[in-house]
Amino acid sequence: MTEFSGTSGLIHSEPLLWEKGRPGRSAFSLPRRDVDFSPPDEGLVGKGPEFPDLSELEVVRHYTRLSQWNFAVDTGMYPLGSCTMKYNPKLHEKYAALQGLSGAHPLLPGSLSQGALCLMHTLERFLAEITGMDAVSLQPAAGAQGELAGMLLIHAYHKRKGEQRTKILIPDTAHGTNPASAALCRYRPVAIRSGENGILSARAVEGLMDEETAGIMVTNPNTLGLFEEEIRQIAAVVHSRGGLVYCDGANLNAVMGMVDMGRCAVDVLHCNLHKTFSTPHGGGGPGAGPLCVQKELAPFLPVPRVVETPDGYALSEDFPLSVGRVHAFYGNFGVLVRAYAYILTMGAKGLKKASQMAVLNANYIKERLKGTFHLPYDRPCMHECVFSDKFQRVHKVTTLDMAKRLMDYGFHPPTIYFPLIVHGALMVEPTETESKEQIDLFVEACKAIAAEAHQEPELLWEAPRRCKVRRMEEAAAARHPCLSG
Amino acid sequence: MRYLPHTGEDVASMLRALGARTLEALFENIPRECRRETALRLPEALTEWELDDHMARLAGSMAAGGGWEVFVGAGCYEHHIPALVPALVGRSEFVTSYTPYQPEVSQGTLQAIYEYQTLVTRLLGMDVANASMYDGASALAEALLMAVRITGKKKVVVSRLVHPLHRQVVRTYFSPTGGEVVELPLLEDGTTDPGPLEEMDTFAAVAVQSPNFMGCVEDLGGFAALAHEKEALCIGSFTEPLAYGLFKSPGSLGADIACGEGQSLGVPMSFGGPGLGMFACKAPHMRSLPGRLVGKTVDREGRQGFVLTLATREQHIRREKATSNICTNNSLCALAAAVYMAALGGTGFRELARLNRDKAEYLKARLEAAGCPTRFRAPTFNEFVARCPEGFEKKHRDLLGRKIVAGLRLEPYYPELSGHYLFCATETKSRESMDLLVSEMAS
Repeated sequence: MTEFSGTSGLIHSEPLLWEKGRPGRSAFSLPRRDVDFSPPDEGLVGKGPEFPDLSELEVVRHYTRLSQWNFAVDTGMYPLGSCTMKYNPKLHEKYAALQGLSGAHPLLPGSLSQGALCLMHTLERFLAEITGMDAVSLQPAAGAQGELAGMLLIHAYHKRKGEQRTKILIPDTAHGTNPASAALCRYRPVAIRSGENGILSARAVEGLMDEETAGIMVTNPNTLGLFEEEIRQIAAVVHSRGGLVYCDGANLNAVMGMVDMGRCAVDVLHCNLHKTFSTPHGGGGPGAGPLCVQKELAPFLPVPRVVETPDGYALSEDFPLSVGRVHAFYGNFGVLVRAYAYILTMGAKGLKKASQMAVLNANYIKERLKGTFHLPYDRPCMHECVFSDKFQRVHKVTTLDMAKRLMDYGFHPPTIYFPLIVHGALMVEPTETESKEQIDLFVEACKAIAAEAHQEPELLWEAPRRCKVRRMEEAAAARHPCLSG
Repeated sequence: MRYLPHTGEDVASMLRALGARTLEALFENIPRECRRETALRLPEALTEWELDDHMARLAGSMAAGGGWEVFVGAGCYEHHIPALVPALVGRSEFVTSYTPYQPEVSQGTLQAIYEYQTLVTRLLGMDVANASMYDGASALAEALLMAVRITGKKKVVVSRLVHPLHRQVVRTYFSPTGGEVVELPLLEDGTTDPGPLEEMDTFAAVAVQSPNFMGCVEDLGGFAALAHEKEALCIGSFTEPLAYGLFKSPGSLGADIACGEGQSLGVPMSFGGPGLGMFACKAPHMRSLPGRLVGKTVDREGRQGFVLTLATREQHIRREKATSNICTNNSLCALAAAVYMAALGGTGFRELARLNRDKAEYLKARLEAAGCPTRFRAPTFNEFVARCPEGFEKKHRDLLGRKIVAGLRLEPYYPELSGHYLFCATETKSRESMDLLVSEMAS
C-alpha cells in the first residue's frame, strides 16, 4: 500500500495578535538613550498606534504556529501551473543576507556600491544570453510590473514614431495579468482565439492586426503548456503592420538553453526571477520581472541603467528616450542576488538540464494521467500540462473538489480553472526539482482521487479534512468584508 | 547537480513511458529556426564554496557594516532589526509558499497578512489596508490613479517635497494615460505651498508627503480640508512610517488615502529593494483599492479563518477593468513589518519614534553649532537639511575615505539647494558617532 505524506498531527490554534499580550510587555531591546529628550510641538503629537505589547516568546510562538498552517515547497510538492514552484536553494538566503548587500544604502556614490552594480550588470548580461535578447532592465519588481514596463516601452516607441495606436492583441492562452497591464497604457485589449490545437495561428493574427494596433502580447510557452510554433510568422505579420511583439516569458523555465527568443523575432520580453530563477515566492512576493529587449528598443528601457565606465560601474539616467523610472530605486535587489547565485551555480549545462527535466516531468505526468483526467489538447507539452474535470463531472465531482482532495493526500493542488479556455482546468507544473518517485506518488494520488470520484464522491465533496480549516465561506467574506480587526 | 534529482535510469524509464528516444525529442515541435544553435555562454558552474568566496568579495566592496557610518536616509532607512524578525520571516513555510489562493493550506500567511492589514490601519489611522504594493513609489502612483478613477477627473497635484524618485515613478505611470501631474512648490520653512491649490478648480487628488523629503512635518490637515472643499481626495504619502509613532497619522488628519514606503519596519535596506509599498484608505473607497486583500470569514464548520477577498477588483477576474494589474506583491516584506510591529508593540514603537526624533535633534543642534545651520524651520523627525560651508563637497568626498557618509547632497534633486545636505540620524547612530561626524566635518 502506497503511503502518501498527507497525515494529521498536532498543530496549535493561535488567537489574533491583539488578543495576546499585556500592556507594558516588549520583545524589543530599546537602544540606549544617550541624547536628551526634545519633545516636539504638542499640536503635532499623535496618540501613537494601538499595537499589542507582547513578550519575545509570545511573538515567536505566534508566528511559528502560523507558519505551521502553511503548505510550502519545503514541505511538499507544489505543482501549481504557470507558477514554477521549484526548490529555492537555502544558500541564496545566506547571500541575500550578507551585510554588505542587505545593509547597503541605495543612494551612496557609485564608488561605494561597486559590488552591487557589478552583480546587476553581470545578471543583465546573463539574462540577455539566456533569453537571446540584447538589453535588460532589472527594475520591474514583479512579472506584472515587467509587463507594464514593456507596454510603456511599446507606447513610447510608437509615440516616438509619431503614432498613437489604441489596441493590443492578446490571445486566449495568455497570462491573466496581460489585459490589465495593457489597459494601464490605455490600450484596448483585443482577444484573439487560439486554434483547435491550442496554438495561435499567423492567419488569425493576420485578420486582426492593423495600423491601429500597437502589437501583440503572447505568452510563450503559452498557458496550455504549448510552444507557439508560429511565433516567427506571427511576428512577421505584426512587424509588417508596424507593431511590436511582446512575449510574456513567465514560462521561460521550459526553454532555457533550447530556445532563442531573439530568433523567435520577439521584440520585448519579461521573465520572472521568482519562477524560472528559483527565488522564493514568499507567500506572494517579492519577485522580480526583468524586461529584456532587442537592441533597437534599448534606448526606451527604464532608467537608471547600469553602465560600465573607465572608473567602474555606474548608474546612468542619460537615456532621453527612456520610459522613465518604475521603481523608487533599482528594483528588488535582494531578489536579484538570489537569481544571480542560481545562474552561477547551475551554469549553462545545468540550466539546460533544468528545462529538459521540467519538460520531461510534465510530459510524464500528462502521459500517465491522460486516461484518468480528460486531456483537451493531446500533444507533446512543455513544462506544464492542462487537464479538465470532464470525466468526473458525470459523478458531480468538480475540479475544485479534486483540488481540495489532493490536500488530504499531502499535495498542493494544481492551478485550477485557468486557462479560461479549458472548462474546469487543472494546470499541472511539476518543475524539474521533483524526483520521479515524487511524481509517481502524485500520479497515484490523482488516480486514487479519480477512483474516489466514481466510488465515494462524498470524500471529495467533504475535502479537505486534514487541513487546519475546512472549505471557507468565500462568498460570505466578499459580501460582508472584514478586512481588519 | 544537487538541485536536479533525476538519475540516468530515471530519465531512461520516463522517456520509455513517453515513447520518446531522447530528451531532445521532447522539443521536436519547436521550429528549428526558433532554437539556439550554440550552448549558453555562461561562466562554468561554481561549487557552493567557490560561490561563497565570490559573493563575499562582492559584498565586501560595499559601504555597509564594517565600521561605516552612513548619515543618509532619503527614503531608505537604517534601523536595528531584532534577530527574531529574520528568524521568523525566514521560516520555510512562509518563504517557500505561493500566494494564498488555496486558503485551507495557507492559513498562516493569510492570518499574518490580515494582522498586517490591521496593524497598518492602526498606524496610519485608516479603515482598510491592502496586503502590500511593490514599494512606496508605485504605491503613490497607484493611489493617484485610484483617485482619478474615483473622481473621474484627470489632473493630479503632487507636492514638490514628495520624494523626487517617487515623483519620477508617478510621471512614468501617468505618461500614457493623458492625465496631468501638477507640482506644488515649497515654502521658505520647508513645507509645501498650498497657495496654487486654492486657484485650481478640478483635480482628482493632492498628494503631500509627511514628513516630506526634507524631513519636515507638513500641515496635512490643511491640505485635506482644501482638497475636500474642491471635492478632491487628499493622499498622505510617507517614506518613514516610524514617524507616526510620535506624530499624528495621515488618517487622523483627514487623508483619504495613505500610502508610502514601509522599509523602515523591519525590512533591510538591501540596496533599495525589496521594500514595502504600504497602502490604506478610508472605508468608502474600499472597492477601488488596488492589490490583494485578506478578509476574515468562517469555514463550513463555523471555525474562524481567512481568505483572499474582493477579488472582483483584481486583474485575474476583472481583466482590463481591474483596479490595478498588480499580482505578485511584496508579501514577505509585509510579514516582516508585521513581526517588527508586533515585537515593538505600541509602547516600544512610541519610544523608538521618540528616540529617532531626539537623535536627529541632537545632531541638528551640533551641526548648527559647528557652522552648518538648519535650512528649514518646520519641525522634523529623523532627517533634516543643513547648509554646509563652501567647499564641503570635497570634504564630503574625503570623509568617505574615513568611512563616513556625511549626508546626501541635495543639488542633484533640487538645483536651488546647492551646498545643502540631507542628514539622517536614526536610533542606530550613537552620540559618539554623531560627535565624530561633526568633529570630522569641522576639522
